[in-house]
Amino acid sequence: MTFIIGALAFWIGAWWANVVLSARPATLTVRIAVPILFGITVLVVWEGLVRGLDVPGVILPPPTAIAAAFARSLDILWVDFVQTVLKGALSGYAIGCGSAILTAILIDRSQFLTRGLLPVGNFLAALPIVGTAPIFVMWFGFGWQSKAAVVVAIVFFPMLVNMVQGLASTEPMQRDMMKTYNASYWQTLLKLRLHAAMPFAFNGLKICTTFALIGAIVAEFFGSPIYGMGFRISTEVGRLALDVVWAEIAVAALAGSLFYGLVALSEKRVTFWHPSNRT
Amino acid sequence: MAIGALMRSLLPVAAVVAAIISVWYALAVQMNSDWALDRAGQNGIELSFGALVKNTMSQDRPLLPAPHQVAVELWETTVEKKITSKRSLVHHGLITLSATVFGFAIGTALGILLAVGIIHSRAMNMSIMPWAIASQAVPILALAPMIIVVLYSIGVSGLLPKATISAYLSFFPVVVGMVSGFRSPDPMQFDLLKTYAANPWQAFWKLRVPASMPYLFTSLKVGIAASLVGAIVGELPTGAVAGLGARLLAGSYYGQTIQIWSALISAATLAALLVGSIGIAQRLTLRRMGMLR
Repeated sequence: MTFIIGALAFWIGAWWANVVLSARPATLTVRIAVPILFGITVLVVWEGLVRGLDVPGVILPPPTAIAAAFARSLDILWVDFVQTVLKGALSGYAIGCGSAILTAILIDRSQFLTRGLLPVGNFLAALPIVGTAPIFVMWFGFGWQSKAAVVVAIVFFPMLVNMVQGLASTEPMQRDMMKTYNASYWQTLLKLRLHAAMPFAFNGLKICTTFALIGAIVAEFFGSPIYGMGFRISTEVGRLALDVVWAEIAVAALAGSLFYGLVALSEKRVTFWHPSNRT
Repeated sequence: MAIGALMRSLLPVAAVVAAIISVWYALAVQMNSDWALDRAGQNGIELSFGALVKNTMSQDRPLLPAPHQVAVELWETTVEKKITSKRSLVHHGLITLSATVFGFAIGTALGILLAVGIIHSRAMNMSIMPWAIASQAVPILALAPMIIVVLYSIGVSGLLPKATISAYLSFFPVVVGMVSGFRSPDPMQFDLLKTYAANPWQAFWKLRVPASMPYLFTSLKVGIAASLVGAIVGELPTGAVAGLGARLLAGSYYGQTIQIWSALISAATLAALLVGSIGIAQRLTLRRMGMLR
């Protein structure tokens, strides 16, 4: 009972603190402190309710148990991370996005291909492509190669659509100016159009970070060696070791945020000229 | 003129689709020929090229089924089978569809409610929004097997666990989209309502809600696609009982590639129908509201 009351008291106290804080001018400290306080509140209430109500660990383990499992199985988590994120997701992401960008540059030269591929690409980008996972597992085996292949299939079309839009985003005035400079196709591409395409390209790259992780994890549900995040999640769920599952999900969340953060950071570097980055 | 415009957009699409199908056929011949040659070699038969191509198009468990094999399977399992049959794709599709739509409805409703809370409370906005945005970068789908098993162990099974995953996946896109939608009116428009002495309730219904409609439909499209993926993945850990995800898993267990491909194409059709119907609702609504020319 004390746990429940303590959790609720903490909740009310933190909420009151947040209301007071958010009423003040939004300095950087306030903008960081408020969401962090909220996150801590969620963890404290979770811990208090699980302990206070005696929720069994096979339904919802408390955060401290998850942290303990995390610390206990660091070596397993690292092996899974290498297998799924570094080998499966990252290699697939690089191949898929890279080939989509090249394809976009190639088809951009032909009006006919662009008009044909764009609707098809838009259609394919909205499809549940994770469903191809069993097929790729059958073709490329249980190793990370099949996961990378699923990731390539998932990221290719969203990236292609964004890149084609980006290449088309230059203004007539800018293209005219390149023409008055007697710039060749390649010069126009390298000095004007690729730069103009970058905000769109990064939009695609950011969406694809999440897709890549999802693809790599879900593909492991269809068959994998005896390590990997998707494998670990599905087998540990079967053994009802939910603290390990939550630790694995924490790794997935950290990897996803880190991956997204890195892409967002390089976006800021590359598209420093874009209005949304000027302050 | 209309026909000319139609040809201009239809012809390239048709050409691309035709190219995809012919590449598919070529790949099918190439990938399935190993098995065909193996069998022929064991039986001491020399296959002519024509016989080889014919063989690769009609295997029972080809590495890559030819498009027409998938089409035949689709026809047999949708039109010719009774809907109540366990082998009918319509039956499985409806199971997946119900979980998708149910979860999508819950997720959207909760998402809109939270967005309303966020725009009216500064504290909520500052505490929740960063997490809602960050959650977009997190592979939430990884939670699916656990949600299914945990809900099953406390006695909830059937539609609800899958719908929970669908709801969860469609929730965050709707929150983020609707918050920007509710905030999209100009300060000038809010000022105008203030001069009319409108209260926040009236400002919400007469200004914020209509202004948010384009954002609503955009996030609904993202949400329903995510819901469908959620429902399909949610069907995997239930041990391949029913639904399109279960068809995929059963097909991959038993090497029934034609079954996998037909389940995949039904899932794709379902996605296209769902996104398309939201697109139609969007056009109708926005035209009615005068937001579309």
